[in-house]
Amino acid sequence: MEQRLIFLTILGMALVTYLPRLAPAWLLSSRTLHPAMARFLSFVPTAVLSALLLPSLLVVEGRLNVTPQNVFLWAAIPTLLVAWRTRSFFGGVATGLVLVAGARLLLGL
Amino acid sequence: MSQSTARMLTKALQQASPIIMGYLPVGFAYGVLAQNVGISLLNTVLMSVIVYAGSSQLIAVGLIGSLISPLSIIVTTLIVNLRHLLMSAALSPYMKTWSSLQIAAFSFELTDETFALHSQRFVHESPHAPEEKRSALAINLLVQSSWVVGSWLGFSAGTLIPDVRPVGLDFALPAMFITLLVGQVKNGLHLMVALLSGSLATALLLLGVDQWNVIVATVVTAALGATLEGSWNKD
Repeated sequence: MEQRLIFLTILGMALVTYLPRLAPAWLLSSRTLHPAMARFLSFVPTAVLSALLLPSLLVVEGRLNVTPQNVFLWAAIPTLLVAWRTRSFFGGVATGLVLVAGARLLLGL
Repeated sequence: MSQSTARMLTKALQQASPIIMGYLPVGFAYGVLAQNVGISLLNTVLMSVIVYAGSSQLIAVGLIGSLISPLSIIVTTLIVNLRHLLMSAALSPYMKTWSSLQIAAFSFELTDETFALHSQRFVHESPHAPEEKRSALAINLLVQSSWVVGSWLGFSAGTLIPDVRPVGLDFALPAMFITLLVGQVKNGLHLMVALLSGSLATALLLLGVDQWNVIVATVVTAALGATLEGSWNKD
């Protein structure tokens, strides 16, 4: 594709990406939300985080993978335990990184 | 630079660091791929500056490589990024005292990862204090800088680097999501919503619903959680 056309494509992508990011915050921040709406939104962080996370742990190359070769899945369990017990942001992330690096280095996964 | 500004930036960098560790290698991968399909350096970096959305940038590079029409690429981008509607709405109650310009700047850099971080931070630290607004914007700016720098480095390294997954770093973002999710799950109802939402998103993905799975799973399970909580509160 020609660079000028790619440039125009990028402009279009920027517009359709920014609008959904901006519009709700702009329109809703000055209003008092209906209690049902506020309740719904209070569950969004939990729901969206899990919906992004779980597929990234369970699905490898389009297929469900719960075999011992799935490093991310097994590293996730101690990461979760450390995060839960210590409530430490860094503790959890560091545990995960060390485990994945270690598994690849030592076990060749 | 005043001492308080330096302190604020240090703390912002600390909180942003897991995202930065994740964005550098993923941005790098995007840069390598963009170079490989023949996108210019200027367009590669521009996309990271003005679109700034990881998964849709990687998808777009693939589509540009396959000579898909620009309109299809833009529509795909819209669908992939519609989930930000929910995130923007969920953070809106914390931005009551923000100016339109501050909201515009903040929203421009709203990604899955910055949303995850801010939805936790805003609960613990008053989002209405001026220094807290500055700190939120500083975090976003640091994080996007790492994305842009990663893209640029990836483009420059091009085909020199065969493996774009430096040891363990590709787990930085999943690990961060785990720790932030643990912080969000306050009771049994939240745990149920988390388990259902993750399972539904996974099932939909396996059934081939790869663009809508996150948004559908989020809307359905958050609505279920809110309905259950509402009916319990009435009793």
